[in-house]
This record gives sequence, structure tokens and C-alpha cells, in this order.
Amino acid sequence: MTQTLARTRQDDGFDLTEDERDLSAMVREFAEEVVAPRSYEADREHELPLDVVAQMGELGLFGLPFPEEVGGQGGDYMAFCLAVEGLARVDQSIAITLEAAVGLGAMPVFRHGTEQQKQELLPALLAGKALAGFGLTETGAGSDAGATRTTAVLDGDEWVVTGSKQFITNSGTPITSHVAVTAVTGRTTDASGRERREISTIIVPTGTPGFTVEPAYDKVGWRASDTHPLTLDGVRVPASNLLGERGRGYANFLSALDEGRIAVAALATGAAQGCLEEAVRYANERVVFDVPIAQHQHIAFTIARMRSRVHTARLSWHDAARRRDAGASFKEQAAIAKLVASDAAMLNARDATQVFGGYGFMNESLVGRHYRDSKILEIGEGTSEVQLMLIARSLGLGVQA
Amino acid sequence: MKIVVLIKQVPDTYGERKLTSEGLVDRDASDAIIDEISERALEVALQRKDSDKATEVVVLSMGPAEAKDALRKALSMGADAAFHVLDDALVASDIGWTATTLAAAIRHIGDVDLVIAGDATTDGRGGVVPAMIAEHLGLSHLAAVDGLEIGAAVSGSQATESGSRTVHAPLPAIVSITESADEARFPNFKGIMTAKRKPLTVVSLADLGVDPSFPELARSVIVSTAERPPREGGRKVVDEGNAAAELVEFLASQRLISAGSAKGV
Ligand SMILES: Cc1cc2nc3c(=O)[nH]c(=O)nc-3n(C[C@H](O)[C@H](O)[C@H](O)COP(=O)(O)OP(=O)(O)OC[C@H]3O[C@@H](n4cnc5c(N)ncnc54)[C@H](O)[C@@H]3O)c2cc1C
Repeated sequence: MTQTLARTRQDDGFDLTEDERDLSAMVREFAEEVVAPRSYEADREHELPLDVVAQMGELGLFGLPFPEEVGGQGGDYMAFCLAVEGLARVDQSIAITLEAAVGLGAMPVFRHGTEQQKQELLPALLAGKALAGFGLTETGAGSDAGATRTTAVLDGDEWVVTGSKQFITNSGTPITSHVAVTAVTGRTTDASGRERREISTIIVPTGTPGFTVEPAYDKVGWRASDTHPLTLDGVRVPASNLLGERGRGYANFLSALDEGRIAVAALATGAAQGCLEEAVRYANERVVFDVPIAQHQHIAFTIARMRSRVHTARLSWHDAARRRDAGASFKEQAAIAKLVASDAAMLNARDATQVFGGYGFMNESLVGRHYRDSKILEIGEGTSEVQLMLIARSLGLGVQA
Repeated sequence: MKIVVLIKQVPDTYGERKLTSEGLVDRDASDAIIDEISERALEVALQRKDSDKATEVVVLSMGPAEAKDALRKALSMGADAAFHVLDDALVASDIGWTATTLAAAIRHIGDVDLVIAGDATTDGRGGVVPAMIAEHLGLSHLAAVDGLEIGAAVSGSQATESGSRTVHAPLPAIVSITESADEARFPNFKGIMTAKRKPLTVVSLADLGVDPSFPELARSVIVSTAERPPREGGRKVVDEGNAAAELVEFLASQRLISAGSAKGV
């Protein structure tokens, strides 16, 4: 079933340039014409539609926030987030595939990679011809990512990596080129004399002996997005596969997360917008007791609240992205954006499903899919509690992790 | 080779389409988009450009100020330059005025080898503008062509009552294509960024040397307008053993099948 979403004319794009508007319009059209018709089946089959990914590559979406010298499109983070929002409106799985490919796959290589690593890996990643994952989370290390157990030991000119990772996005697609994993590479003592784990990041190419991508998870949502547990059993990679400085793995990852939160907030805003448009359309169409349900004040007010959430979420991520692009600090704004927008998505998905009644509970309906897909927005790339922790800390409140 | 593609901005086919009390398209009733058939015509030209870089693709639109958005989109898809005929005297122009104006604009652009248009716009559905332009400019004309081949001449196939025939014409020519042409490409990000630097020229009737009263032309006048009648409820066929016969009878009564072909059922 192809969904034609109602066009709503509210305009939150007051701060957008003409280029940004054109980009949004292009992504919107692509999302409706190419992505949406495939979404139901991709979700049902738990399969990432690689041909759609390839077309996204041709549009330049994977290279958006990178300079042209490294094969990027020369856009900024704002442009990238607009693309993520536009896709998420119809399909969160496709949007997170893009978000993770850029934020967790390509960006760490661009930021911290050596010249050689960049030349080798970036062209394919930025063209959407390859995907890469970032493996931080382990069974015992999620919100507390510093609790990493995986180890990497230097043996001659090779790292020997042993351990396991869980919930790793884009790690097992047919076009995945590598996963960068965090691992303990030694112990150091900090200024106060406490012993600390030294965490570094190592690039593990797909197909390296001892590196097993375990069968995909059976997820509640984001089912067309590729997520696997990984096992690393004495995996040997060249010493030059160290990504970024030794001992900076955790710190580098945390900085990537700050930025990624803006994109996840944009994704959540897209989801909330998709729910809003569907609710408006359906409330005008659906006649119960002889009137369109939109004429009930309760329904109209429910939808008015949905619209308010979208507006707030969007302004919030726009601000964080603008700050990031201007080189200003954005850590707190990114945390707020992610918190507010993931709430908006979750609440709008719930309200839209209610507006749809029984039809909303069918997997074929977009709002039903958003209902399942939105929950993870409050968990991935830092849970809502972690965002609250960051915001509280920025207020000087000494909350314990 | 220089190709001009005719672009029209129309109300979104999927949006609400309304007429004003004067019988003109109500442009506020829905979003304005580039007509899909215009996009396909542009795709035909861009494919030629893909295979022969020396091809120059110029897009031409006559329309209100907002038509510039349609032209900019065409530029971001890959056209090289755009011309926008914008003139208050053109409000409510009919097919004759439109064709005269576009022909003058094509002459103004100059050295045009090929003009590509859609066979009919989704809003007006006149379908004769290309033929009228051909007449004005003395171009050869191929109407409603599928699978257009562009070389030293143009050729393609035309559907007929009983099948299809191959047609060809020497250049310069004007060709209208049908909906069987490839779907248009999406503009990519670089295309959007470079569109700003491409020339978009706005011309008035005076620039084109056209007298805004169109003295030689008869013109159509809107006498009255009416809303399309609301759709009537469908007819339900309940199967009591004779559903097939009833269906056939219904389809035949609507002339959707001929009664003769229904005999075998
Ligand atoms: C679909 C999917 C894709 C993912 N992709 C990736 C990926 O590509 N790479 C990667 O590394 N990880 C990935 N993850 C992992 C994800 O980032 C973690 O699940 C997330 O960080 C939470 O960690 P956890 O699951 O261990 O929860 P826990 O850390 O065990 O948290 C459990 C609960 O306790 C709360 N909590 C924890 N600490 C505190 C505290 N101090 N104060 C208050 N509350 C607290 C949490 O907020 C949460 O509600 C993915 C997860 C999913 C589901």
C-alpha cells in the first residue's frame, strides 16, 4: 500500500535558506515516491532495502555533512539532519540507517582517521556504496559505556581483539565494510591516582577471521534497520587499524554522540510530523456517527497538541544544529533536543494510533509502525534519563551517574 | 544540440483543485508543483545530455511569479538555463495566446534544434500547444511519441487505434512525449546547490516583441463555470449465482467492454 500523506502547510522553516528548503522538498518527494511504497514489506520481512539505500547514495545523502575534498557533498550538519527528518516521516528504519551510517560509521573516520584510513574508507561510505557500524554497547556496558569489557592487545604489529558487542546498527548488511569497536587497550592512573581503563577504538573489517556477525535481533521496531550482536574471538587486525589516538576511544565516541543526538532528534521530529499529517488526514476522512471525527473537539485538540510537539521539537533541533555548524557549544541543546523530540515522537505515535482506532493497530498503517518504531528513540544514542543527567549537570547539579 | 523543454507549473494532482469565480485555476487551493509530464519531458532531454555532454538543455515556462520555483527545480535536476515569461497581460491567456507567446520565446532563445513538451498538461489537458508552436515556427512536429530517439533527426513510436507506428522527423522539430517516458530523476544535493548559479532569465511580452493584445488572434472567453458533479455511489453486485452476468452487463452498459466480446462468458 502506498501512503499518500496529507500535505500540511504549517511552516516551521522560517530560518531555512532556499537551498535547505529545496533539499527538504527533494527528500520529501523521494521519501513518498521511493521509500514509503517499500516500507511495509521491509518492516515485515526485517530486511533493509538495499536498492533504496543505493538511490539515497545517488542523491548524495550519505555525503551531506562532509567537505567535497573527501568525497562529500559540501553541506553541513543542518542539511544532513533535514534529510534524516524528511525520511523519518515515512520510515524510521531508513532514516536511522542513514543517521547511523553518517554519525556512527563515516563521521568517526572523518574526524579521527589517518589520511590513509580516510582515503581507503570514506569514498565508499560517503557515496552510500558501503555502510559501517560503531560498536560500543556490550551486555554490561550501555548507558555506562565506559564499562567496556572487550580487550585489544598489541601483539607485534597487530591488535588482537577479544570480546563481544550488542545492538550494533549497520554491522551486518551485505555492504558493511567495517565496524569500529571500542576496546580496553591498557590501564592508566589519572591525576588523583585512581586506576582507569584505557579505551581505544579499533577498525575491524567485515570478514576478518574470528569476527562473527551473529544473527539479527528480532526487534519491536526499526525492523528494516540492520542490528546484530558481534563476537570477536582473537581477531587480528594491523596496528594501523587504531582509529584516533590510543586511549581516546571513549572520549571520541562521547563527542560523536553529542552530535548524533541532534540527528536523532531530527529523526524523532520527522516521526512526530508523519504521525501528525496522518492524523489530520484521517480525522477529516473518517466518518463516525455521521460526522468526520475531526469535528469532535477532543480529536481536534489532540491533534493541535501533536502539532505543538512537532513545532517545539523542530525548533529545538534546528537550534542545536545551527549552533554546531557555527562552532558554538551545543552539548546541552543537543540533549534537550533529543529529550523533547523523542517524547514528541512517542506521544504523537500514541495519539495518532488512537485517532486511527483499530486501523492504527495494523502493521500496514504508518502510524502503527511509528508506534512501534518510536520507543527506541527514548533509548538509543543515550536514554532519556542520560539526557536528563546531562541537562542537570549543565545546570551545575551534581547528579550521580 | 540545443534542446528547449516546456515546463508548466500546475496545482498538485493529489491536492484539492478548484476554479475561481472567474473560471481560472485557484492557485491558493493547493500546492503548485512542476507538472509531472513536464518533468518526464525534461528527463528525456537530460538523458540525451547524459550521453552527449555537448547538449544544452534550456527550460522554458510561461506563468505567474511562482513558476520560478518550477524552473529552479528543473535547474537543480540538471537543466543548464531557464527562461520565464512573466507578464501581467498573460493572466487568463488561452491556448492560442500561450502558443504564440511560447513560440516567440523559443525564437528569442534562438538556435533551438529540438523542443520537447508533454502531450497534455494535467490541469488544462488541451494537448494542442506543441502543434500550434510547430505552426508558428515552421518546425516539424511529432505528437504523443513513445521512446523518443534523438540524433541527427528524431524518431519514436505513436500509438494508433490498432497498434503503433514509427514516426520520424528532421530537425529542428517539436515533439510531445507521453506518460510512458521514464520517470524524472530526483535532483541531488549538488544539483540543488549549483542551480543557484545557473542563469534564470525573466522576459516580458515586450522583450519578446509580442503585442499584449494579441491582435491577430481570436480568443476563447469563459462564459460560465461549474463544479464537477460529486461522484455517485457505486453499484454493488451481490453474487446469487448470476454475478458474472451482471458484471458483464454493467461493464457493457458503461461501454467498458463491448457487448460482442462479452458473448463468450
Ligand atoms: C535498535 C538499537 C540500535 C542500537 N545501535 C547501537 C550501535 O550502533 N552502537 C552501539 O554502541 N549501541 C547501539 N545500541 C545500544 C544503545 O545505545 C543502548 O541500548 C543504550 O545506550 C542503553 O543502554 P542499555 O541498553 O545497556 O541500557 P542500560 O544502560 O542498562 O539502562 C537501563 C535503564 O536504566 C536507566 N539508567 C541507566 N543509568 C542511569 C542513571 N545513572 N540514572 C538514571 N537512570 C539510568 C536507563 O536510562 C534505562 O532506562 C542500539 C540499541 C538498539 C535497541
